[in-house]
Amino acid sequence: MDFKLFVFWIFSLVLIGAAVGVITTRNPVQAALFLVLAFFNSAIIWMLLEAEFLSITLVLVYVGAVMVLFLFVVMMLDINLSPLREGFSRYLPLGALIVGAIVVQMVFLLRAKSFSAEKFPVPVPRGADYNNTRELGMAMYTDYLFQFEVAAVILLVAIIAAIALTMRRRPDTKYQRPSEQVQVTKEDRLRIVSMDSEGGAK
Amino acid sequence: MGFLDSLLLLIVTVLKVLLIIVPLLLTVAYLTYAERKVIGAIQVRKGPNRVGWHGLLQPIADVLKLLTKEVLVPTNSHRFLFLIAPILSLAPAFAAWAVIPFSDTAVLADVNAGLLYVLALTSLGVYGVIVAGWASNSKYAFLGAMRSAAQIVAYEIAMGFALVGVLMVSGSLNLGDIVRAQEGNIFHWFWLPLFPLFIVYFISGVAETNRAPFDVAEGESEIVAGFHVDYSGMAFALFFLAEYANMIMIAALAVIMFLGGWLSPIPFIPDGMGWFFAKTAFMLFFFLWFRATFPRYRYDQIMRLGWKVFIPVTILWLTVEAVAILLEIEPWFAIRDAI
Repeated sequence: MDFKLFVFWIFSLVLIGAAVGVITTRNPVQAALFLVLAFFNSAIIWMLLEAEFLSITLVLVYVGAVMVLFLFVVMMLDINLSPLREGFSRYLPLGALIVGAIVVQMVFLLRAKSFSAEKFPVPVPRGADYNNTRELGMAMYTDYLFQFEVAAVILLVAIIAAIALTMRRRPDTKYQRPSEQVQVTKEDRLRIVSMDSEGGAK
Repeated sequence: MGFLDSLLLLIVTVLKVLLIIVPLLLTVAYLTYAERKVIGAIQVRKGPNRVGWHGLLQPIADVLKLLTKEVLVPTNSHRFLFLIAPILSLAPAFAAWAVIPFSDTAVLADVNAGLLYVLALTSLGVYGVIVAGWASNSKYAFLGAMRSAAQIVAYEIAMGFALVGVLMVSGSLNLGDIVRAQEGNIFHWFWLPLFPLFIVYFISGVAETNRAPFDVAEGESEIVAGFHVDYSGMAFALFFLAEYANMIMIAALAVIMFLGGWLSPIPFIPDGMGWFFAKTAFMLFFFLWFRATFPRYRYDQIMRLGWKVFIPVTILWLTVEAVAILLEIEPWFAIRDAI
C-alpha cells in the first residue's frame, strides 16, 4: 500500500469521526473542539492534494482565529440545552425532508457529467520547488481581480454592518482618554495653598 | 515511492527532528536559568547559586523535581481535555521549528509558504491555554483562558500585518529567501526600512507568548496563576516548556525577518549559524529585561494597545511601503529587486 494513501485513510477517518462528534456531542464546547479537529484534518487532506497555501490558510484563518473566537463565545454563553431539545420530535419530519432534499441534490450534482473523471483528469504532480502561493496570487490579482475586489468590498460592508448592529452607546459608561491623560500638566491637577501652621508656634 | 522507502524517510526525518528538539529543550532549560540570573542581577540579587557551580545545575534539579511530583487531576474537571491541554500547547511550539533556517543550508523543511506555516502554528498555541482553562472547571483558570483568547486574537492581527510588510519587501514567503533578501551590510537588514513593523512585531510577540508585561492570562496577583492554576508536576512543566519554546521561537523569527538571520553584521567575518544564535540570544534578553522592568498592563490597556495603536501603525506603514515600492524608492524597492 502507498504510504500517502495510508496517511489519507487515517486522516479522513479522524475527519469523519470528528464531524460526527460535532453533531452528536451534547456539550457545545466539546462540539466546537471537535470542529477544530475536523478543520485540522481537512487541512491535512488538502496538504496531501498539494494545495499547501489553502491548507495552511485553513489552519491560520479557521483554526487559529475563527474557532478561537467561536470557543470564546460558546464558553461565555450559558446555554441551557433542555428547551433546545423540546421540539425535537415535532421538527423531525421537516428536518428529515430537508436532509433528503440535500442528499438528492448532492447525488445529482456529483453524478452529473460535469463532475466526471474525464472532465477533471488527475492534475499533473508538480515538483517540490513549484510555488503554488505565487500561482494563486497571480491568478487572483490578474485574471480574477474584479471578483476579488467585489469580495473585498462585500466583506468590508459586512464588517461595518456587524459593528453597526452590535454597537450600543451607553451615556453612563466611564472610560479614559489616554491622549488627554498624558497631556495633563501640574496646573490642571495641583493647587498649592499657603496657610499658617496650626497653634501659636511661630 | 514504496511503503518501505517512505518509512526510511520518516526515520531519517525523525532523527533530524531530534537534532532540533533536544538542543531546543536544553536551551529552554538554560533560558529559565538565564532568566533567574538576569532578573537577579537587575534586582541586585545573586539568583540561583546553590546547585552546581554558580547554580548551573539548577534547571536539571527543577526538571527532576517536577518529574517526580504527582500530576493531580481535579475531581470535576474534564479528564481527557485536562490531560491533553499541555500537549496542545507544546506541540505547535515545537512543530513551528521545522521551517526555521539556522543557516544558508541548515533547515529541516525548506517550504515555500514557510512564513504562513509559522504564523498558522503560533496561532494554534492558544488552544492549549483555552482548553486548560475550560477543562480545569475552575473560575480562575477560566478567566485566564478568556483573557488569553481575546489577547491572542487582538495581537495576531497586528503581528500578521507586520509580517505582510516583510513579505512585501522580500517578495517571498520562504524564510530562507527572506534572509537572503537582506544581504548586504547591517543597514540592509529589514529592521531599518521596516522599523515600525519590527517594533510592533516584537511587542506583539511578547503579548502572544503571554509574557510580562502582557501576562494577564496568568496574572498571579489577580487570578492566582490563571489557566494553569490546577496543574501540577509534569503537566505544569509542559506549559512552562511551551512558553519558553515560544519565546525562543518569536526571538528567532524576529532575527530571521528583521535582523538578517545568519548574515554577519561585520563585513570581514563570514556568515554562519553562530550569528543566528547570537542574535536570537540578544532578542531573548529583551524578554527577560521586559519582565524585570515593566509592571503588568491593565486588561483594557492591552486591548487598546493592540487594536487602536498597533493595527493603525502597521496599516499606515504598509501604505508608506507600498507607495515606496510603487515609486521605486530605495531601500524598499532595492531590497525587493535583489531577489
